[in-house]
Amino acid sequence: MEDFQIIDNCLMVRMPEEVDHHRAAYICEGADRLLVRENVENVVFDFEDTRFMDSSGIGIVMGRYRKISCFGGHVYAIHADRQIQRLFRMSGLHRVVEILPG
Amino acid sequence: MVAERENVQVTEEKEYLQQNLRDSRNEMEIVFDAVSCNESFARVAVAAFITHLNPTLEELADIKTAVSEAVTNAIIHGYENLAGYTRHGEMRPAYSVIHPGKVRLHCILEEDTLSIEVSDQGRGMEDVARAMEPLFTTKPELERSGMGFAFMEAFMDDLEVESIPGKGTKVHMWKKMRCGDWIGKED
Repeated sequence: MEDFQIIDNCLMVRMPEEVDHHRAAYICEGADRLLVRENVENVVFDFEDTRFMDSSGIGIVMGRYRKISCFGGHVYAIHADRQIQRLFRMSGLHRVVEILPG
Repeated sequence: MVAERENVQVTEEKEYLQQNLRDSRNEMEIVFDAVSCNESFARVAVAAFITHLNPTLEELADIKTAVSEAVTNAIIHGYENLAGYTRHGEMRPAYSVIHPGKVRLHCILEEDTLSIEVSDQGRGMEDVARAMEPLFTTKPELERSGMGFAFMEAFMDDLEVESIPGKGTKVHMWKKMRCGDWIGKED
């Protein structure tokens, strides 16, 4: 699956195996380019491949949420393992980003 | 009878090995360039250093995350080597400059407590307490969450931060390792 896909006005972002500061720029730039260009309503972050994430991942998701919520859109997270869900809860991000079950 | 004797033997061996673990000491120190591709290297180095303790998956994840936060801070705040992203979506030519600098990662394993010290000789901080406030970041344009210190505090047992503006920063964290039950799995 490609890193970024648009399906039915929904931007699907396939998160990499390691989500850290080093990889954050690529994800943010790619997502934002499509957010602006296409008619995106919602964003879904797919953590299926992700084996590690630090607070950079929270920053990435939070940034996309800020952008899309201005237009009434929603952000979802799928295939997030226990550790990632923990990071979401600790940062309060789970209150604005819906974590969908596998 | 035979089974009882074997059980006692296994228990004694287990206690002996655990005692060895408690009395043992191991130390490592690595110094690397303050560039973002070394964030992953630092995480894996610490994971490799503690692997013989058979840490649980959660312990490993916690420690790797804490290391990642501290090392990333040294790189992007200590030395301002930003491979980040500006909110406004521009290519940021200034960020392609890499400031020379090293990050020092010093780990000690002593009596099942892991000590990790991440230090840099970067710009340091005036107000450490402010920096450690959750959600506070001096780099909002980089889409930083401001949760680095909060995660370090949550995932490690203790955290101490020393910083001198213009001189550098030292982040010291400790975690007691709950050694995995690798001895118990007797064939």
